[in-house]
Order: sequence, then C-alpha cells, then structure tokens
Amino acid sequence: MKLAGFLLLLAGWTIVLSAVTLLASAGQRGGFVLAGIGVEAVGLVLAVRSHLVLPEEQE
Amino acid sequence: MTSLPVPALSEAGAALCIFLILLVPLAGAGLSLINTGLGRSRSAAHSMLASLCVVAVAALVYFACGFSWQGYLGRPAHVVTLAGKGWSWIAAEPFFFRGLKLDGSPDALAAWLQMLSVGLAALIPLGSGADRWRLPACCASTALLAGCTYPLFAHWVWGGGWLAQLGALNGLGRGFLDAGGSGSIQAVGGLTALSIAWILGPRRGKYSREGIPTAIPGHNAVLVLLGCVVALVGWLGLNSAGAILFAGLAPTGLVLVGVNTVISAAVAALAAVMITRMRFGKPDASLVANGWVGGLVASSAACASVTPAAALVIGLVAGILVTVSIELFEVRLAVDDPGGAVSVHAVGGIWGVLALGFFAHFPKPVSGQWLAQLVGVATLLGFVLPLTYGLNWLLERFVPQRAPLEGERLGMDVYELGATAYPEFVTHTEEFIQR
Repeated sequence: MKLAGFLLLLAGWTIVLSAVTLLASAGQRGGFVLAGIGVEAVGLVLAVRSHLVLPEEQE
Repeated sequence: MTSLPVPALSEAGAALCIFLILLVPLAGAGLSLINTGLGRSRSAAHSMLASLCVVAVAALVYFACGFSWQGYLGRPAHVVTLAGKGWSWIAAEPFFFRGLKLDGSPDALAAWLQMLSVGLAALIPLGSGADRWRLPACCASTALLAGCTYPLFAHWVWGGGWLAQLGALNGLGRGFLDAGGSGSIQAVGGLTALSIAWILGPRRGKYSREGIPTAIPGHNAVLVLLGCVVALVGWLGLNSAGAILFAGLAPTGLVLVGVNTVISAAVAALAAVMITRMRFGKPDASLVANGWVGGLVASSAACASVTPAAALVIGLVAGILVTVSIELFEVRLAVDDPGGAVSVHAVGGIWGVLALGFFAHFPKPVSGQWLAQLVGVATLLGFVLPLTYGLNWLLERFVPQRAPLEGERLGMDVYELGATAYPEFVTHTEEFIQR
C-alpha cells in the first residue's frame, strides 16, 4: 500500500506535468491539472494509511 | 529557452540586501530554540548540537554541489524541449561556486542567501524527529536535502526553471511565484519532516496499545516563545531579501513586505490563542508558538505581492490550519511530531503558496496565476514528497536513523553526547512504560 501510494503521487504529478507542457487550451489544462491533483490526493491517503501503525506493531 | 529577467541591483540595493541576508540566521536560531523547547529536557543539548551540525552540513554540501544544481536566473542550465518549448530542469553550474564571482551581484547574493536558507530548511525535520533521531543520521539526511531535493526544486522556482517559466511559456500568470520560500524552503523542509516522522515512527510511550496519544509536553516554554521572537527578525530578513532577489522588488517596496510579515504572524498567533482557549479553556503556549511560526511561513510566498488586508486573511487561515492540523496529525494520523514541523512548515507553506494565487495583485493584471501556484503545490506533493521519502528510506538501509530503546530511555543527551543539558536538574520519569 505504501508503494502504491507513492506511485500514485508520482502518477498525479506526471498528469499535471503533461497537462502543462502538452495542452494548449486553458480549460483543458486546468481540468487535467485538477485531475492530477485528485490522483495525488488518493496517493496521499494511501501513503498516510500505510503509516498508521500501532506501537506494538513496531516492536 | 525563454530566459527570465535578472533583477537589477544598485550599489545601495546590494548593501541593503547584504544587511538583510545577515538577519537570516536568526530565523534558524529561532527554529532551533523552538525545536529544543518543545522536546524533552533529556534531549535538549542534543537538539541544539544537531541544529548546529545540520546547518554546517547544509552549508558545506550546498557549497560543494547544491548551487551547481540550483543556479540562478540567466545562468547556464540544462534544457529539455517539449512541444517546441525549452523547459529548464536543472542548472549547469560548476561545483564549489567556481564560475561565480562573489561580489555584490544578484547571483552572488542569491547564492549566499541560499546557503543560509538551505540550513533553515534542514532544521525543520529536527522538530519532527526530536528525542529519537540519531546525530549521524540527521547529518546524512541533511546532506541529501541540501545536495539533491532542495536545489532541484529551488532551481525550478528561483533558478529560472520550468515552474518559473510557466508564465512566459504557457501564459500562466507570472509563473510560479514564491518570494520568501513558503514552498521552496518551508514546504520542502516540512515534507521532509513528514518523511522523517514516518520513517522513525513515534516515540516510545507516545501512543497507548489502543492508539490513543499521550501528551508529552515540551520542557521549556520560555525557549519556545523566545524562539518565536528571534524567528520574526530572521523572517523579516528572509522575506525582504527574497523579495529583492527572486521577485525583483525595489528596496522601497520592502515596507510592504515587513508590514505583511508582521501582520500575518500576529493574526496567526492570535487565532491560535482563540482556538486553544475555546478548545481547552486556556491558551496553549506551544500551539500559539506554532501558530506564530505558521503565520510567518505562510507570509513568505506572497509577502511582496498582496495588500496588508490580504496578509491578515493569510495569517488568520494559517493560524487556524496549523492549530487544527497539529491535532489531526497527532490524534488521527498517528504522526508523532514533537515540534509540529509538518503542520507549521508543510501545511502552512502550502497554504502560503496557494494564497498567493488567490490574493496577489500586480500593476498589470494577469490571468492563470492560481493555476501556476496549483502546479507548484502538485509538484511539492507529487515529486518532492516521494523523492525525499525515497532518499531517506534508502538512507535508513545504510545509516540506522532511530536511536535504540536505551537511547530514548536515557535521553539523547546522555546516549549520544555523554552529558546532559541541565546536569543540576535531573528529574527523569518513566514516560515510556506502556499504558
């Protein structure tokens, strides 16, 4: 889950990067940037959940 | 490649800039005092020594290779061409400041300012790793931050990189703007602090077997609150110097920067006072201190481009966000962050970057500034966080980062330094017995 979370963060950023560099229309660009941030949000949730460990699990 | 304009600087402007840069170490001194005061007494000397070592390592690594990746406006950089446009992605400077004439020119002043700013960014994770982060690991992690993560993002923002080019190449406002470093210094440091807190895990005894957090109060509220005042002076220098060197502000515009910085910090602190008073019945000194610094952090990006009324709103939201998110991270997300570094610097910094997109006003109106700021935030979360986590995760394989149980029991002072900060006041209790 941890790896998936960080991969989704990177994937979201790649969408944002692609939108900024490849799309010409302002509307499309804005939409894809928001979509990329949405993917990042899912990745962040996964990364956070994967680190929710109780102390006894660490020992 | 479209090269962005280099700010012109008169002799008087350069002298003023030098004075402002001389104030910047006070921001680091303030953060060190805050981190130390919010930690345990048995790790106080370790915390201050780690601060000194971290600043030293950051400065040397930045001198050795950091600036060569970061560069400055108008200086050599590697460019990749996408859809017919040249995007600068990393600087192409020689190592050890070779090729940089150390005079009063904007690029020399920027290099000096960055040498100090990278130390400030490196101090931030010390807050989240307090009481359990080993000194060699602090230094190694700082080397990775100063030699890789920080210069790369800073090139994109301040070195004429692709985020700064978003305005010139894509018509997104004036490109990503961050005069004082809410994103480039604070959020980068704050996201590294989150990575460190995740990798180290919570302090022994912080969470019960049911996952309920135990309060481990800071050992010296006076140090914390003194640190806030010292940090204000440093931040005034940092925001002002950044506004001149990275936003092209004329020295006469510095009054606005100073007023905005103070207003933002003041209203953020008062917001924290109100929230903690409503929540707990009395104001909480450590949360108010975090609110104050959160206001400073949020003020940095937009200090040169918003009105004082907007700075008030930025500070108000920062104070609320920081206070609420500290509880969220501690209680709901099980992130043990004794110094509140993640909330103050990552959350506050990201808010500061976004706020510029909402509130900035320019002599000539531009459109799309909010989108440029949003792309910057996406880069912080989608690139900087995985990069800094990955580097520290790899480091953990070679240099164990967390002190063993014995180290936490004795305190980092005795375990790593062999002496305590307050030898005449040894009042240790067994806080880490499982409840």
